[in-house]
Amino acid sequence: MGEAAKTVIFEIERRDSTETESYFEKFELPYRPNMNVISALMEIRRNPVNIDGKNTTPVNWDMNCLEEVCGACSMIINGKARQSCTALVDQLEQPIRLQPMKTFPVVRDLVVDRSRMFDSLKKVKAWIPIDGTHDLGEGPRMPERKRQWAYELSKCMTCGVCLEACPNVNDKSDFIGPAPLSQVRLMNAHPTGAMNRDERLNAIMGDGGLASCGNSQNCVESCPKGIPLTTSIAALNRETTVQMFRNFFGSDHAV
Amino acid sequence: MDNREFLLRRLHSLLGIIPLGIFLTQHLIVNHFATQGVEAFNNASHFMANLPFVIFLEIFVIYLPIMFHAFYGVYIAFTSRHNPGKYSYMRNILFTLQRYTGVFLVVFIAWHVFETRFQVAIGAAEADFNMMANILDNPWMFAFYVAGVLTATFHLANGLWSFLVTWGITQSEKAQRYTTYFTLVVFLVLSVIGIRALLAFV
Repeated sequence: MGEAAKTVIFEIERRDSTETESYFEKFELPYRPNMNVISALMEIRRNPVNIDGKNTTPVNWDMNCLEEVCGACSMIINGKARQSCTALVDQLEQPIRLQPMKTFPVVRDLVVDRSRMFDSLKKVKAWIPIDGTHDLGEGPRMPERKRQWAYELSKCMTCGVCLEACPNVNDKSDFIGPAPLSQVRLMNAHPTGAMNRDERLNAIMGDGGLASCGNSQNCVESCPKGIPLTTSIAALNRETTVQMFRNFFGSDHAV
Repeated sequence: MDNREFLLRRLHSLLGIIPLGIFLTQHLIVNHFATQGVEAFNNASHFMANLPFVIFLEIFVIYLPIMFHAFYGVYIAFTSRHNPGKYSYMRNILFTLQRYTGVFLVVFIAWHVFETRFQVAIGAAEADFNMMANILDNPWMFAFYVAGVLTATFHLANGLWSFLVTWGITQSEKAQRYTTYFTLVVFLVLSVIGIRALLAFV
């Protein structure tokens, strides 16, 4: 140690397009203090030469905010899904292995298409309808203590890490995964959103919805924002239990 | 009906506890009479076999629920892609074990019913202490039955935990943690009862 320049070795699972086979390519980069996975990927992009000294194409990846609030740069780093912007090289075992989250369609290299998450948010009506023909005035007030736990749920950035970690989100199942479910709890907690709560509950009682959860609880362990996803799922389990009886027996409290 | 999957999953969860969990507990407790001697076991077994409407009790409390639970359970088990190697959290390991034990139990219970209840039904044997003593005389069979009892008690105890989550009874992280401890006790108690009964036959 000491005299030789310190380097960092990356092993990256690459593919040229969605259809083509993947392959691993290694890169050796000069070490810089405090570097993270993204700054290493930027270095590869600046000088796309692999460990054998051969010129190669720059590695593609997705990123945006660089401060773990946008959710774009999720990838599998040394076996676990997480954000690459907060993955510090000093804290990772080498060679650092980067792989795309294959729960999603891989566009190229480390870039995945997370469209299915946004489609799921549409399916479960994860919005609060307020549009109308005239001004409806202010909505009902929200209790402060409720706002505090609901705020935690609003931190979801649709990054896809919980879907990647979940054993029940896979090619054999149409489970929408934990993230959109938790958004149903968030929207139903909002006093104006609660005016359509039965519609959201009935949506997640459909195929690929809440019932497909098998309680492996990988989601809550993996969520980079620390969202209590399994508490959300259990809360929705209770809500849908009641909703199921309301649907069958009838109720004046369906909404 | 577009919420068919939801209803089937809820039914699967419910049947695992009521009636199957209650039946398993009862079955292990009745077996435990073997520790009090041949006569005590035979009396208990005779009492169970001669309950009024026993064939209807068996069909609606055991055969139909267990067949639905088993077949739908196998479907559930094979629609997961297990990843306890990469995500080796306790709940994920239990999740994987729940599915592995379930598949093993389908095999074990099918064999167990064939070897006991089916033989009685075709008149080839009588359900008594000697029947079990003969079966468990073989050390491989004894090991198979020990595995059967332990996987069944694990599957019930862990299934009880997920039943409480699935029906929305345990919502908070704290409630779920305490039920983990509770179901661990259930597993240990039922396992001791089941294994003690097995040992009494050899």
